[in-house]
Amino acid sequence: MSILEVRDLAIHIRAARPVDGVSFDIAAGECYALLGESGCGKSMTALGLMRLLPAAAEVAFGSVSFEGTDLLALPESGMRDVRGGGIGMIFQEPATSLNPVLTVGRQICESLHLHAKLNGAAARARAAELLEQVGIPDPVRRLDEFPFQLSGGLRQRVMIAIALAGSPRLLIADEPTTALDVTIQAQVLDLLDELRRTQGMALLLITHDLGVVARMADRIGVMYAGQLVEEASREAFFSRPAHPYSVRLFAALPDAANRGGRLTTIPGSVPAADVRHIGCRFADRCGEVMPVCSTELPPWREVDAGQRVRCHLPGAAPAVSSRVGAGDTASEAATPPLLEVRDLQVHFPIRRGLLQRAVGAVRAVDGMSLQLMPGRTLALVGESGCGKTTAGKAMLQLIRPTGGSVRLAGDELTTRSTQELRPLRAKMQMVFQDPFASLNPRLRVGEIIAEGMQALATGDANVAAKIGPLLEQVGLRADMATRYPHEFSGGQRQRIAIARALAVNPQLLICDEPTSALDVSVQAQILNLLSDLQRDLKLAYLFITHNIAVVDYLAHDVAVMYLGRVVESGSAEEVLRSPRHPYTQALLAAVPRVDGVRGDAPKLAGDMPSAAKPPAGCHFHPRCPLADDECKRDYPGETRVGATQVVRCFKAG
Amino acid sequence: MLAYIIRRLLYAIPILIGVNLLTFALFFVVNTPDDMARMQLGVKRVTPEAIQKWKAERGYDKPLVWNAAAAGGAKLTDTILFAKSVRMFVGDFGRADDGRDIAREITTRMGPSLAIAVPTFVLGLFVAISFALLLVFFRATTLDFAGVVLCVAMMSISGLFYIIGGQWLVSKVWHLAPISGYSGGLDAAKFLVLPVLVNVVSGIGSSTRWYRTIFLEEITRDYVRTARAKGLPERVVLFRHVLRNAMIPILTGVVVVIPSLFMGSLLIESFFGIPGLGSYTIDAINAQDFAVVRSMVFIGSVLYIVGLLATDISYTIADPRVRLK
Amino acid sequence: MSFQPVLLWSDALLFILIATIIALALWARRQEPLRAAWGRVLKDGVAMAAATVLAVFVLIGLLDSLHFRERLPDQPGVPARYAVDVSSVLDALLSDLRARSEKTYSAPLATHLYSKEALADSAQREFPRLKHGGAHLGQDLSSHEFDIALRVSRGCAGGLVIWLLLVSVWCKVRGLEFIEMLKVGADGTAMRPVILTMLPILLLFGVAMSLGGSYHVFGTDKVGLDVLYLSFKAIRTSLLIGTLATLIMLPAAILLGILAGYVGGWVDDLIQYLYTTLSSIPGVLLIAAGVLMMQVIIDTHPDWFATTAERADARFLALCAILGVTGWTGLARLLRGETLKLRELEYVQAAQAFGVGRFAIMLRHILPNLMHIVVIAVVMDFTGLVLAEAVLSAIGIGVDPNTVSFGSMINTARWELARDPIVWWSLVAAFFIMFALVLAANLFADAVRDAFDPRSSA
Repeated sequence: MSILEVRDLAIHIRAARPVDGVSFDIAAGECYALLGESGCGKSMTALGLMRLLPAAAEVAFGSVSFEGTDLLALPESGMRDVRGGGIGMIFQEPATSLNPVLTVGRQICESLHLHAKLNGAAARARAAELLEQVGIPDPVRRLDEFPFQLSGGLRQRVMIAIALAGSPRLLIADEPTTALDVTIQAQVLDLLDELRRTQGMALLLITHDLGVVARMADRIGVMYAGQLVEEASREAFFSRPAHPYSVRLFAALPDAANRGGRLTTIPGSVPAADVRHIGCRFADRCGEVMPVCSTELPPWREVDAGQRVRCHLPGAAPAVSSRVGAGDTASEAATPPLLEVRDLQVHFPIRRGLLQRAVGAVRAVDGMSLQLMPGRTLALVGESGCGKTTAGKAMLQLIRPTGGSVRLAGDELTTRSTQELRPLRAKMQMVFQDPFASLNPRLRVGEIIAEGMQALATGDANVAAKIGPLLEQVGLRADMATRYPHEFSGGQRQRIAIARALAVNPQLLICDEPTSALDVSVQAQILNLLSDLQRDLKLAYLFITHNIAVVDYLAHDVAVMYLGRVVESGSAEEVLRSPRHPYTQALLAAVPRVDGVRGDAPKLAGDMPSAAKPPAGCHFHPRCPLADDECKRDYPGETRVGATQVVRCFKAG
Repeated sequence: MLAYIIRRLLYAIPILIGVNLLTFALFFVVNTPDDMARMQLGVKRVTPEAIQKWKAERGYDKPLVWNAAAAGGAKLTDTILFAKSVRMFVGDFGRADDGRDIAREITTRMGPSLAIAVPTFVLGLFVAISFALLLVFFRATTLDFAGVVLCVAMMSISGLFYIIGGQWLVSKVWHLAPISGYSGGLDAAKFLVLPVLVNVVSGIGSSTRWYRTIFLEEITRDYVRTARAKGLPERVVLFRHVLRNAMIPILTGVVVVIPSLFMGSLLIESFFGIPGLGSYTIDAINAQDFAVVRSMVFIGSVLYIVGLLATDISYTIADPRVRLK
Repeated sequence: MSFQPVLLWSDALLFILIATIIALALWARRQEPLRAAWGRVLKDGVAMAAATVLAVFVLIGLLDSLHFRERLPDQPGVPARYAVDVSSVLDALLSDLRARSEKTYSAPLATHLYSKEALADSAQREFPRLKHGGAHLGQDLSSHEFDIALRVSRGCAGGLVIWLLLVSVWCKVRGLEFIEMLKVGADGTAMRPVILTMLPILLLFGVAMSLGGSYHVFGTDKVGLDVLYLSFKAIRTSLLIGTLATLIMLPAAILLGILAGYVGGWVDDLIQYLYTTLSSIPGVLLIAAGVLMMQVIIDTHPDWFATTAERADARFLALCAILGVTGWTGLARLLRGETLKLRELEYVQAAQAFGVGRFAIMLRHILPNLMHIVVIAVVMDFTGLVLAEAVLSAIGIGVDPNTVSFGSMINTARWELARDPIVWWSLVAAFFIMFALVLAANLFADAVRDAFDPRSSA
């Protein structure tokens, strides 16, 4: 019995058609996942169901039936009873989705008043119950706090509590964990799963993350360019995806299995919503494209019981195998390190009082050490707020460190003045996280790439002549030099950023989450590019990331950071296969796996503490299942536990 | 919080010194005390003795900024600049160049100024926010469009025309209120109606439009979507969620002017013949009465700084995220 | 030569301003994002209509900024002498209007003075006949209304003919059918609103010219000057106030705002101190003090100025300068805040990673990304300044009494409101022309803001 039936839903924004004929059903208590890359119309579909579309967008046709009621025909007042009461919704950004100036309690009670007709003390008591239910410790105190006083994970729990306040039969979760760290993501997913089972609530999960889908969904709908292209049960989808797009999504995922090889990429990117299609929307990116694909919209075709696909190919699409590349090219550790960091500290003073004296410091980086050999990749792994980005910038002297030493090919950097640093800057460059913020929108691509060569006077007589080959080296065309950044997609922009860094022939590239803003298929392109460049140019990478799968795929060495310090380091093989630090173990276990296998390591409770007030003793002890008195007293020293593996934990001996 | 306020007040001292130096420079760079004496005394009575006497009476007989004749620290202190400025910091404004006590003048003229400025401020804020909310409630409809067009048209009319038009229509055609003037006590009300009305109407266009922009910006935020997803009616969304958050940017522009309400409105007071601080200032400017202008500048600056501080403090009330350190 | 060109300081600044704008426009053509933003303005019908109105005002202002002194009739043996008063090209074009002054007030299109006077040949006080207004009618006034109607229709016809002529020339240039031109989107730019706006403007001009030849269209003021002529003259004052004050404050605001935001430290402290101090002084008082001081300087140095026009110009410039000095603080504060945000952006850090110098970063990475704020501020400030001039002149601290401005027109007119019947025409003329100017500027500014504000285009 379906609780929600969506038929031919189409949403238009002027000429654009972000959702173009989507039909699916959700059964009571079922978790249905809408899967797709950004710009596929997943969120727009969800907002359309709730009739919460932005002003310019409108439902052009189609029907949405919830428990037998046609939502699109309801008057606005009737729709208000459905919102919150029948269908609850939680959003991607818990930071902006809660009203910043109202207390948590008020925001929950508002919903209770509306849907449960509870007021005053009764509403308050129920709100506290709900907070308890979503796993917020000390719920009564939290009622009077404001959203900014909560961490990201707690905020998302509050969002869930607000949604639960109306006892909805269907919960729409729009990328509920995308903005959260992996350990927090695991907590929130567990919570959603538990609520679904205990409350008998159906869940429409919107996500781009195959791991999350594997962990949560009963059935899956794959969206591409405003349409569903495949619908299947979880088992069928993960054992044999039928649409060529689905197949490629799997193949583009990096992991240890295709380590050293190349990832399968999907050429190009998702077409814009205002492009008109006649045939299959995936045709021009598809490897199995046939003449009929571009002329005729493929009909739905049953592949198997409960699995249907919109593709002209008979049967399921063939698997794409990843082609093994040149293999591991890393040099061995006999050479002196290219980058050597000792006890690096970056403290930001906290000023208080009449005279603004520093009364303390945010210890963003607090004594970290690491080594990077030429031509190798060191992954610096950690959750947001652990200081990994600050550490990267401090190594480049973009932020001046408070203490410690950074040596690049034997030259000490921290004691040099801005002028003295300049000759060394050509040896080390950075690729930033956000490809939209890292290119000046007012400069042409050519000017952006030339900037470093001009500033560092690299001795290239003809700067202009170098730009074309550089662009080609990163997989763009030379004639793109005269264009402006806004004409490029995220992946292309990241290529430009890489070309800019390469222009000065660096030996070290610090990559700060270079793929976290990109879709899976584009991420694969960039990762392939980075590994090609390493092979050809013998580059060393310091790869700052939170994405364990990416680490597993490309890193030779790994350093795990927690609250400003490296807690475990060593070769990727050792650290990732036999993690010894409880934090590393929890971090690895928290990553949702595409094969659906759950890790058996303990789930982490709570959040990372503030770097302004790190816990005494081992920073990790408040969240550590193994902690004892010793851990509360002292910070553990280094313990060597393998050929390369070093861990800072009393319990790892 | 207290430390913050004290620090801000201490920071105000160099600003006030700067203000003082600036006004001083503006007046004395081109205008010697002798010029001032000549102007005040009038053409007929100007004799060197009279000028000397005039200057001595008002303390203008010292050097401007550097007394070479004095000894030690007095080289700096026994000057017009120092003597006149220091007394102002302790609240002593001295006498106007025409001999009247400035502080007393200010206290008596404060009443009429406030009697116009406060109702104008409160009414103006209320009317503009109400109109803006109305337009936002009916956003993207013909009503909204017409409202915006009206706002733009209204803000394209000079304030002078509102005054003249108001005087003509209300006083001359309808005979509803006196055209100008003022009297104390309850009688004042009938003299206040017109200037307050004119002042409110002339400000509606631009402030309504400004508030509307702020509301519209707030309304696209994610938390508004959350509120709607709860099933709240649009009215509640607007008043409870949008208005509360929009208050934060609105406060920036609004609170800072509250202390300055004391200063009165130059234009309104001079057009309606209200004996407030605004018209006092205008008269002083036209008479080139340095003592009065300097005092008004000083008070104005103090009030502005108080306004800035009040803005910051009001943030802590409106926005729980702000903690003053 | 029958005239001697005179370059007033404000004229010089105006021409510099126009040259700068042209140079910037040429530069912006090559800057893709700026060109795209202006392209959006060009496609906005309301903006183009407003721009057309503004262009007419600018044209009048420019004609009024080409100044010269007329050569007096030659006398044998004496070197050529030139008139004491400075005229402009506009004055020359409107010499008719300018010369035909009456004795005192007269209503629009009237044939008689506003007030009764004792006539020489009569014992009774009567409304004397105007010297120029309706003079061609002679003593027979029965045809007065018919004459006006005739001239209005003649003016309309003239305006229409000129409009048709202009449109067909434009069609020829573009190779379009006449009717095509009036259809939406016939051209890449929004020429249609321009053409449609030109029609009423030309009709109004036609009527004004045709009536103005024999009547005082807007009446005459206290000393008998034609109000239409005064209104034309006031346009230059408004335009210059609106632009020159901005021109003066812009470099300071940009330089100090960026320096404070990017360099930080004591530079930031100092600049913040500067603008907090300046903005804490009540603006009107600062302006008043400044203008008064300037007036004293002007009064004590009569030898500096050859003509009254130059004296008035000096005070006018002083007013612009003071409005500029008081006006830069807001923009500087805005730019500082924006620079603080930009400074943290990754492309700035990328430049720092190359060791690019501070000034190069400010010039290449910060300034171009602030240009939209500057453009918005300039167009938004314009109307504020135009309105401020009227208010300041009305309370006696604006332009020189010899400078014709809307403020001074209103100020003299308001004292006559108590009269009966009311002397309304100066006010009404000032009201409509100012309203047209400010409304056009406001609408244009809105379109520019929408086109340049990254938030609104997203």
